[in-house]
Amino acid sequence: MQRKSIALPGTLERKSSGTLRSYIKHRYYFFMLLPVLAYFVIFHYVPIYGVLMAFQDFRIFKGISGSEFVGLKHFRELFDGIYFMQVLKNTLIINAYKILFGFPAPILLALLINEVMRPRFKKFVQTISYLPHFLSWIVLSGIVIEILSPSRGALNVLLMELGFQPVYFLASTDWFRTILVSTDIWKGVGFSAIIYLAAIAGISPELYEAAEVDGISRLKKVWYITLPSIAPVIVIMVILNSGSIINDDFDQIFNLLNTNVLSVGDVISTYTYTEGIAKMNYSYAAAVGLFKNVIALIMVLTANTIARRFSDQAIF
Amino acid sequence: MKIKHRSWSDRIYVTFAYTVLVLLCVSIIVPMMQVLTVSVSPVEVINSYGFHLFPTKFDFSGYQEVFRKSIIWTAYGNTIIRTVLGTALTVILTFMGAYPLSKKSLPHRPFWTALIVFTMFFSGGLIPSYMLIKNLGLMNSVWALVLPGVVSVFLLLIVRNFIAALPESLEESAKIDGAGELYILWKIIMPLSMPILATVSLYSAVGHWNAWFDSMLYIQDEHKQVLQLILRRIVIDGTLDPSSGVTDSMDKPVNTESMKMATLVVSILPIICIYPFLQKYFVKGTMLGSVKG
Repeated sequence: MQRKSIALPGTLERKSSGTLRSYIKHRYYFFMLLPVLAYFVIFHYVPIYGVLMAFQDFRIFKGISGSEFVGLKHFRELFDGIYFMQVLKNTLIINAYKILFGFPAPILLALLINEVMRPRFKKFVQTISYLPHFLSWIVLSGIVIEILSPSRGALNVLLMELGFQPVYFLASTDWFRTILVSTDIWKGVGFSAIIYLAAIAGISPELYEAAEVDGISRLKKVWYITLPSIAPVIVIMVILNSGSIINDDFDQIFNLLNTNVLSVGDVISTYTYTEGIAKMNYSYAAAVGLFKNVIALIMVLTANTIARRFSDQAIF
Repeated sequence: MKIKHRSWSDRIYVTFAYTVLVLLCVSIIVPMMQVLTVSVSPVEVINSYGFHLFPTKFDFSGYQEVFRKSIIWTAYGNTIIRTVLGTALTVILTFMGAYPLSKKSLPHRPFWTALIVFTMFFSGGLIPSYMLIKNLGLMNSVWALVLPGVVSVFLLLIVRNFIAALPESLEESAKIDGAGELYILWKIIMPLSMPILATVSLYSAVGHWNAWFDSMLYIQDEHKQVLQLILRRIVIDGTLDPSSGVTDSMDKPVNTESMKMATLVVSILPIICIYPFLQKYFVKGTMLGSVKG
């Protein structure tokens, strides 16, 4: 580092030839890495360059180099549009609920599984609760549609047995978001609990034994020992998930969405798909996507900065 | 630990724990039971009022219909092809990326790592990626399903960390014995990395088995479509949203309920078969992923 700051004539040249030499020396490593780098450049950086089309009136036959630049036209259109504002609102509301209920859910589940003293029951709960994680949203939507069916779905039959009217949950604007949030938790809670279970398993048993001697209740042990011990993992998960306020789950929402609930369930990703692929408004849809990705990036960087300031748990 | 004298609050807490866990399991098992029951029941039973959690009468016409529809089997084959091809490429390329990046002597290692990790947090988005595939001429080809996601940064970092954690002395002693770079890679690093590569291949395989959106975007040819998408047409478009504009070019436009559920069962079957492995290796992957580097 110090040598660099001196920058005498000739130093630079010697340094660069040194770099070249080290590439030659480690050429096997580099040749091995090259296809992977090429993949990231082609399939990730070329589309990042492609976001330029959000500032153009993109024509498919002219390409990015030939299309006309229009500045922020599409972004103005975006924020003037009533429908986009509704889409943004839907996205934020659904994601806020998913975070509010979905983020603590696996932590709670891990704490509860940890209370189970029977290993076979523990194993059973884990085996069953991980299962939905491995199924696609198409399969799960099929199952959800079946189980919420107004005529024979188990949930509605239960409601009728209890003397209530059956509800067509998936076509009801009052229920649709609730269904999205609950099925999201239902799919992911078991698998997401793994990381917290691992963190809990790493806590020194001496802490609990000491508490045992003092005759402290289970709830107090959770509050004063378990939760503080897994706090670093929770902070990392907050950072990693902080983009999820704007990143919606296309697979889930697209497969459950129907015309009855478009007003409460159309979100940024489904809207981008409809505008960009179905209606072929490429530039406008690219602008929607860019807007979303920039917000997500800002969220992750902000969460990371905050985490670094208040604890030492930042990820970069 | 023997705690005979549980306090009142402890007992409530433990009861609460068991209740929640049982309810969670019920909420997963009951829907599965209904799907399975409807798939083997005759129409009159399906349309009758009541819970459908245990089959009362058996009728396998749903499955017979599934077996008759050739489009389902073509799609099944296409999914298997993309899964095998995609998983093989993912394992090879992930390893090819992870090994050099685990070496401290790789020139500009932090830069190359940052170049790759950045894509985890920012991307061009749907439309530019779609244009890329179009421009590369990959439309209607299995490569459009395999190449765009072939290396996942998450898996790459897991493998890199795994290899970096292998004891350096192994490699050094091999070098002293006169082993070349390739020999070390092939005979020492590879065999030791097998468990983590198993994790990578299962992640990749499940991802490919469940993927559908790329196929919806890039594949127009009916006979190249993947299973999940055919499933979507049968199960979801068939009931919920007939106005979505997706034309149903099945030989029979009306799908019976038992046939829909039978298709679901048939598509889940492979996942269930390898479920014990999935559980083991996915748990391992999640644990390793939590150790950030």
